[in-house]
Amino acid sequence: MVAYRIDRRSGVATYVQIVQQTKQALRLGLLEPGDKLPTAREVVEATAINPNTVLKAYRELEREGLVEARRGLGTFVRRTLGAAPADSPLREELDVWVRNARTAGLDREDVAALFGSVLDAHFPKGDQ
Amino acid sequence: MSSTSTTRSTVAVEAHGLTVRYGRRSTAALDDCSFRLTAGRVSALVGPNGAGKSTLLATVAGLLRPTAGTLTVLGTSPAEARERIAYLSQNKPLHPQLTIAETLRLGAELNPARWDAAYAAAIVEQGSLDPGTRVRGLSGGQRTRVALALALGKRPDLMLLDEPMADLDPLARHELLGTLMADAAERGTTVLMSSHIVAELADACDHLLLLGGGRIRLGGGLDDLLLAHTLVTGRGTPADLAPHLVVESRAAGRGLTALIRNDGPVDDRWQAERPSLEELVLAHLRSPSAPALLAPGTTATPETVTR
Repeated sequence: MVAYRIDRRSGVATYVQIVQQTKQALRLGLLEPGDKLPTAREVVEATAINPNTVLKAYRELEREGLVEARRGLGTFVRRTLGAAPADSPLREELDVWVRNARTAGLDREDVAALFGSVLDAHFPKGDQ
Repeated sequence: MSSTSTTRSTVAVEAHGLTVRYGRRSTAALDDCSFRLTAGRVSALVGPNGAGKSTLLATVAGLLRPTAGTLTVLGTSPAEARERIAYLSQNKPLHPQLTIAETLRLGAELNPARWDAAYAAAIVEQGSLDPGTRVRGLSGGQRTRVALALALGKRPDLMLLDEPMADLDPLARHELLGTLMADAAERGTTVLMSSHIVAELADACDHLLLLGGGRIRLGGGLDDLLLAHTLVTGRGTPADLAPHLVVESRAAGRGLTALIRNDGPVDDRWQAERPSLEELVLAHLRSPSAPALLAPGTTATPETVTR
């Protein structure tokens, strides 16, 4: 089962944090089609957030076609996210690239900044 | 309880001109206080010390009699609704010489019609408490858990909590809120709880009642209230912010930072942000003269009030 972590100081709306963490779990293969999301009761008991916040997040995931609510049964994953599972060729390429960057003398923050700026160039912030 | 009137099923608490005075000459603890709390809400009752929070909770619980005004709770009078209300007061009165198991048995005897022994026991068990322990030997957090088990074991429709977290460590607070939220998720229990720790309530509550001077100064769904206000920063004077209502403004360098109640869109020359719940509450606490705002759905309507 996915355990949501709510960061109260992040400035990110709580329901958005749940949406993002669910998507992350889908990308990483921690959740696969057919898997059940925790019930609202389970989430609020563990996180002490309002039940409506969880329902709002689940509705958003449903609207995006990622999960579906089955009456009386719960909310289930419909499809997975991202074409890059943990062992994909893309990851290997990135691995090589990061190794080269390190050899070239870049430290962790340099690499993160460089990657971030290229990411921003290809995926402008407005498109999320 | 056989009533099918719609107002009864959707309104948990409705106060109209509610006034409570301790003694004849003292100032009123609640002074012409009017609001409505829809069923199923989890509402944060906040306000400065002496604002009337405890008085309001005790009056809704039926323990104090209003001096004037009307109060409808779960579609009837507080006294008649009493067995569907659970009230956790600040001092959590438990009998120190009783064991946890005996305390819960007392709960069963006091609430024969509604008591859910398995549920009450489960709440105690979640805190890894031994039912044989005497209340006297429990920590503050453990006592609160037992008091909460006693309150939730009643399976109440309305849960009133007066500063439930005041003497708890962060872990116990989190667990207590989690248990409450689980109950709200499962049963749609209406919760009204007072607290000083606004930031902590922000994620658990979806409704706010800000009391000041015995009246509601700010009331409504959190989303509605936050959307109705903007935190602006920029060069200018408070007068430049018209027609918005300036709740509070403070100097920021050559300009100011202000919390405004929006009246139409905010001019582009101001840097605008959505306030946090804490910012909204603090601004109103620092500006006691700001006009009251009750969001739609929180206003008491005279016709639904029963005497």
